[in-house]
Amino acid sequence: MSKRRPSALAALLVRELRITRRIGGAASMGVVFFLCLVTITPFAIGPDLKLLARIGPAILWIAALLSTLLGLDRLFQADHDDGSLDLLFLGETPLELIVLVKCLSHWLMTGLPLVAASPVFGLMLGLTPQALGEVALSLLVGTPALTLIGAIGAGLTVSLRRGGLLLSILVLPISVPILIFGVAAASAEPGGLVPFMTPFPILCGLTLGAIALTPFATAAALRHGAE
Amino acid sequence: MQIEASALAVERGGRIIFTNLGFSLAAGEALVVTGPNGAGKSSLLRALAGLLPLAAGRIAATPGASGLRDLSHYVGHADALKPSLTVYENLEFWAAFLAGAEGGAADPVARIEMALSRFGLARIADLPAAYLSAGQKRRAALARLLAVHRPLWLLDEPATALDAASQKVLADVMKAHLADGGMIVAATHAPLGLPARELALGGTVGGSA
Repeated sequence: MSKRRPSALAALLVRELRITRRIGGAASMGVVFFLCLVTITPFAIGPDLKLLARIGPAILWIAALLSTLLGLDRLFQADHDDGSLDLLFLGETPLELIVLVKCLSHWLMTGLPLVAASPVFGLMLGLTPQALGEVALSLLVGTPALTLIGAIGAGLTVSLRRGGLLLSILVLPISVPILIFGVAAASAEPGGLVPFMTPFPILCGLTLGAIALTPFATAAALRHGAE
Repeated sequence: MQIEASALAVERGGRIIFTNLGFSLAAGEALVVTGPNGAGKSSLLRALAGLLPLAAGRIAATPGASGLRDLSHYVGHADALKPSLTVYENLEFWAAFLAGAEGGAADPVARIEMALSRFGLARIADLPAAYLSAGQKRRAALARLLAVHRPLWLLDEPATALDAASQKVLADVMKAHLADGGMIVAATHAPLGLPARELALGGTVGGSA
């Protein structure tokens, strides 16, 4: 039995990545949305480069948070609508692992492109090279937690027609700790009040905690929603 | 192998759909569930698959599996096909995902191809599922039954949208499964062309109140 499990999960990962790639746009759409948010902020704030550089990491983090949540409402809903979710219950694979694999695939296709794009967009906000690195590193560690926490909302709203907004309302408050420590790590300055290595390990801890705990919450939500 | 269900009750949305329902099913037997719309045919199948919680009663499979979940194929109203994947890729995924401890075929690829050709899908195996007709989608969903071996088939209106020739294929496939010691529980309005016992659900519960 345990010999079969890796292949079922590997098959699921291949399928998820294939679907996202075929449908196209999911990854690029997230990045374009990210770009839109980053570019409209200077219009709202004005051409004060110093101010932009100071709040740049926060802008990038908020943009990453919103872009991650953007596509999450379809994470389980597509499977729910076409009946695949029923069959996912019928395998021998625990639902918690299925959730984890789906989140991994979602992060690979939307979270990782955001991390890769963040230094480029950071340049537009006049960030220093060091800040660019810190933003990218903090996003690399923090965005998986955003996906995993968002998945709880996706599980809770699985049977709702237009669950996108509700998902954001449910998930945004829980993602506040990630945002606080993510932005703190991203905007740490050399010789500043908070050195990079103070919030960064906490951010890592939050992500590890999310990996360990949220699949159980999401699976419980899905089981409840499947009735 | 044998399945024993006793005193089943299922509730949906705070309303009891049926109570005190029991049946037993031995290897090689088929059970056809009939009844008017809303009688609880689909709910019964979903409860058997473990997708709906039972309000009362118990389902036991001997020898000792914990539930029917790992033993069942479920073909519901939705075809569980991803429109962006080809017919082959859809089937390949479900074959890999649903293969159990002993269900893993020696040659999975040959088995998938056999399932496709049995249901006349070999020529459109490379077509994305989005372009299939309703009957073709249904056949692709039914091909799952052959791609992985599971002893109990739970079929909800399996012949929907099938043409006469495909219905004949389905009947033959089901007969072969029964001859092989498998079991089938099917909810249907149309005759399936099978020797089967009938379980008639009342459907008067809650009626038009």
